[in-house]
Amino acid sequence: MLNYAWWIPLLPLITFVVIIFLTGKAKNLSSYLSILSTFVSFILSCKLFLYLIAHPETVEMSVEWFRTGRISVELGMLIDPLTGMMLVVVTLVSLLVQIYSRGYMHGDPALSRYYAFLSLFTFSMLGLVVANNFVQIFIGWELVGLCSYTLIGFWYQKPEAAAAGKKAFITTRIGDVGFMIGILLLFSHAQTFNFLQVEEFLHRGILSPGLLTLIAVLIFCGAIGKSAQFPLHVWLPDAMEGPTPVSALIHAATMVAAGVYLVGRLFGLFSGSAQAMLVVAYIGGFTAIFAGTIAVAQNDIKRIVAYSTLSQLGYMVLALGCGGYTAGLFHLMTHAFFKALLFLACGSVIHAIHSQDIWDAGGLFKPMKITAIVFLLGSLSLAGIPPFAGFWSKDEILIAVHNSGHTVLFVASIITVFLTAFYSFRLWFVVFTGKEKEGSHAHESPAVMTIPMIILAILAVVAGLPGSPWMGGWIHGFIHFEGLHEMEAEHGGHGMVMYLSLAMAASGIITAWIAYKARWISYESMAGTFSSAHSLLFHKYWIDELYDLTVIWGTMFTARVSGLFDRYVVDGLVNGTAWVTIAMGRGARTFQTGLVQNYMLIIFIGILGFLLTRLL
Amino acid sequence: MLLSSIVFIPLLGGLLILLMNRENEWAIKTMATIAAAIPVILAGWLYYCFDQSTADIQFAEKMDWIPSLGVSYFLGVDGLGLPMVIVTSLLSLVAITVSWNIKTRVKEYFALFLILETGMMGVFVALDLFLFYIFWELVLVPMYFIIGVWGGPRKEYAAIKFIIYTVVGSVFMLLGFLAIYFTSDPHTFNIIELSQGNQFKGMLLFQNIAYLALFLGFAVKVPIFPFHTWLPDAHVEAPTAGSIILAGVLLKMGAYGLMRVCFPILPEAAVYFAHCLAGLALINILYGAFTALAQTDLKKMIAYSSVSHMGYVLLGMSALTVTGFNGALLQMFNHGIITGALFMLVGVIYDRAHTREIAGFGGIGKQMPAYTGLMAVAVMAAVGLPGLAGFISELLCFVGAFPVYKLITSGAVLGVLLSAVYMLGMFQRIFTGELNPKWAELKDADFREWISLLPLMALIVLLGFYPRLILDVMNMTITHLIPRFQ
Repeated sequence: MLNYAWWIPLLPLITFVVIIFLTGKAKNLSSYLSILSTFVSFILSCKLFLYLIAHPETVEMSVEWFRTGRISVELGMLIDPLTGMMLVVVTLVSLLVQIYSRGYMHGDPALSRYYAFLSLFTFSMLGLVVANNFVQIFIGWELVGLCSYTLIGFWYQKPEAAAAGKKAFITTRIGDVGFMIGILLLFSHAQTFNFLQVEEFLHRGILSPGLLTLIAVLIFCGAIGKSAQFPLHVWLPDAMEGPTPVSALIHAATMVAAGVYLVGRLFGLFSGSAQAMLVVAYIGGFTAIFAGTIAVAQNDIKRIVAYSTLSQLGYMVLALGCGGYTAGLFHLMTHAFFKALLFLACGSVIHAIHSQDIWDAGGLFKPMKITAIVFLLGSLSLAGIPPFAGFWSKDEILIAVHNSGHTVLFVASIITVFLTAFYSFRLWFVVFTGKEKEGSHAHESPAVMTIPMIILAILAVVAGLPGSPWMGGWIHGFIHFEGLHEMEAEHGGHGMVMYLSLAMAASGIITAWIAYKARWISYESMAGTFSSAHSLLFHKYWIDELYDLTVIWGTMFTARVSGLFDRYVVDGLVNGTAWVTIAMGRGARTFQTGLVQNYMLIIFIGILGFLLTRLL
Repeated sequence: MLLSSIVFIPLLGGLLILLMNRENEWAIKTMATIAAAIPVILAGWLYYCFDQSTADIQFAEKMDWIPSLGVSYFLGVDGLGLPMVIVTSLLSLVAITVSWNIKTRVKEYFALFLILETGMMGVFVALDLFLFYIFWELVLVPMYFIIGVWGGPRKEYAAIKFIIYTVVGSVFMLLGFLAIYFTSDPHTFNIIELSQGNQFKGMLLFQNIAYLALFLGFAVKVPIFPFHTWLPDAHVEAPTAGSIILAGVLLKMGAYGLMRVCFPILPEAAVYFAHCLAGLALINILYGAFTALAQTDLKKMIAYSSVSHMGYVLLGMSALTVTGFNGALLQMFNHGIITGALFMLVGVIYDRAHTREIAGFGGIGKQMPAYTGLMAVAVMAAVGLPGLAGFISELLCFVGAFPVYKLITSGAVLGVLLSAVYMLGMFQRIFTGELNPKWAELKDADFREWISLLPLMALIVLLGFYPRLILDVMNMTITHLIPRFQ
């Protein structure tokens, strides 16, 4: 009945194979194929989504992949409302980004490679989303990492791009080590990789609480890496070296949200351990405010949005850690739309002015009205202004954090609201208002780029409605976690939280307006007054430098020591043995002189010695 | 007769080459290719006819050879041997196609290479300790000459180191075989009888001593730390085809010996030393990876990565679980094709640039796009990326070993991270960035190189998606083997 669902991930995979082997030379054909297959996947996802709205149930389909001893590893699909929502989000954003790329990447000689890896990415992400077991989710997990690596380094002749790709791959793999150990540990107790069976196993309550916490935290390491949470966040800003549409798809809307999705998918595991939830909540909350402060002091348009992504992902993780299952995953969806929009709009700006520095832009409202307006809509949504999408989901998160009773986290998340509004509008005012730069020939992007942006802008406005009272908080009924549903329903201080967050968002916008539009205060002198603080933020708290000096230096040092140890100690012993053997041979050779006199002498001495011992 | 044909057709080809006219290089090369291609076809036939539902020895051929000593000519395959026969036939053919550009002493080269193939095949199908030992030693001689005559600048040093190291190892191995022979009752060299009869039940001291003797012989070949230093030297100096065979097949002989001889014949010792083996496995994995990271020579780096990747084989084996053993054997197969491909790719660039210094390249990607794509696949396979062969076997080694050695396996997972560090670091320095103007003349991979690389590449992808092709072959044999260690 739902068998068509298999085609949703398979179509992009087939496209990848076709592009690599057949249409590599025909750039345009490759891109059309890729867009077409994603479109079909999108339509099928919508069909599935509508089915799930009518029948909100959990369906599992699987085939055995291979078997070893008693262990069976399967490939399958676990279809429930969460999967349905993710499928629509991933295919839709992927489709829009691919259409947009027709304009943005126009004339690039390696367009086939570009679309091939976008298709492979779409496949891997969909495979991850529908996974019904740990092995499959890990496979999708690693494959999206590969696509991220190749697409960040798409312009590999740029050394920074190549380095950023490698950094992304390795940094996320650090988290994956924990993820893998977590899977192994869980498997060694549950004896299955299947999500539903693991859930059943957890229900039996055999696992000790300490072990449960350990497993959850280890698996969460994977999410820290992929969703770029502190302390593994360093790769995401560098990933902006990739083409901007890639940033929109992979590093804003979908792949980086995979960590959040993972926690959501395994919420039965996480919610079983209060300690693990606390870790999740604090990592998310810290990342939210930490990245928000950095975003305030950056000048690169993409990096500002990238730090904003870190911060928003932190919100989602924070929400999940506070038990806000619906809130976190709802924000994942709205964020996917408005952040993809912001990145595509950034791309449009970069396309126009050929620079990523916001101070090279200015007064772009006039020449680029559509970009300016969709950028504004995205920013309003990001800042959490009603009735835009971001408001509803962020409000849910704040309520969840408030209800969880973690005051510190609540304060942090409220401050982050201010920061978010401030940096978004700082960016907008600097880029779109004021005077146009001299010699600027900025012009609006072609329709192939603006139409995807407009569609995303509409979504950035309306995607929050399922969480609004006008739809009766429909999202709560659709995406919810059994057993937690009641807890979330006990809304308390709902109004207070909303007014507080609104006040913070508004003051953020106003502050940005005062400093960057009205110029009542000079931001240059502010930066001068607080130069050390500004420098700290500008240099991203020196985290990269810290890692260079500790982890990276330590690894290279260990490598060098083992290299020398191998050459001089281990191999030295081998050659030493050989040398000793040769020396002994040489020593023995001196006895064999071939001179009869010598032999006679030794025989004589021997006989003498023998007689002496006998006589004495 | 199928197995005998697979073993001796290369030898026959080698002897025919010796009779051929030295001037006619094309005929010699064609002859060698045919003699190496026939075993591939026969191995395919063997695979097709192999009954996956039994753990018994199949295609057995048994004849008395030296009846007074109980030595017989006994060949056969089961789930352990068949994957190795396939990988050996395949890599031998690939190595011979790669060697078409050999210029000096063509006749001797191809004759030796085919003799080498007979030796390797023999090791994987012999089921008599005496016969096994003969094939084992037969491998050394041609390899010694291949490194020593057709190798790089320090070829004599590398060749001598290789042969002395392995001969010392095999002396201990021979002592172990003799000890087993004289202790068994009735005296026999028959591996199957020895492993099924549980001959040495309760004789822990004897088992341990015999195990250690055999272990020394096999450990040198795997190679297990600290007996590995012959490997980088041999690899660096060996010609490309020699490296492919060294990494792809010779290392597997060591691990196969442990699986075929050590573990089944001396099960109590295997259990007794399992912890030590797991510890050594971890050292291999991490030490090999760190040392690989320190290398500046591309070939040396891949040689050390082999040390690291063979560590997973040891880890999987040491757990004495079905999944661990399956993983170990699959990893042997996968490492064979992946590292074979990697060494071949190194050979391609070395033929053009005459250097292997990683730092000396830069930006080659633009110049050689097809080659870069192939390298990327091989590198990712070595990194253990899902969808390519290495992932499944590493995963199975971990899954199999984790319940037994929680901490050691957790440490071993770090090896996967480190492999990404050194492999991607190498890839970045050689292929990305601005093109180093020195290499603006490099030609992309040519037709012959594509032809020799494609089968391995296809297999890497195929096994990544469908590991059952090999896994199902070995599963039954291993399922029957493991209960002996309980």
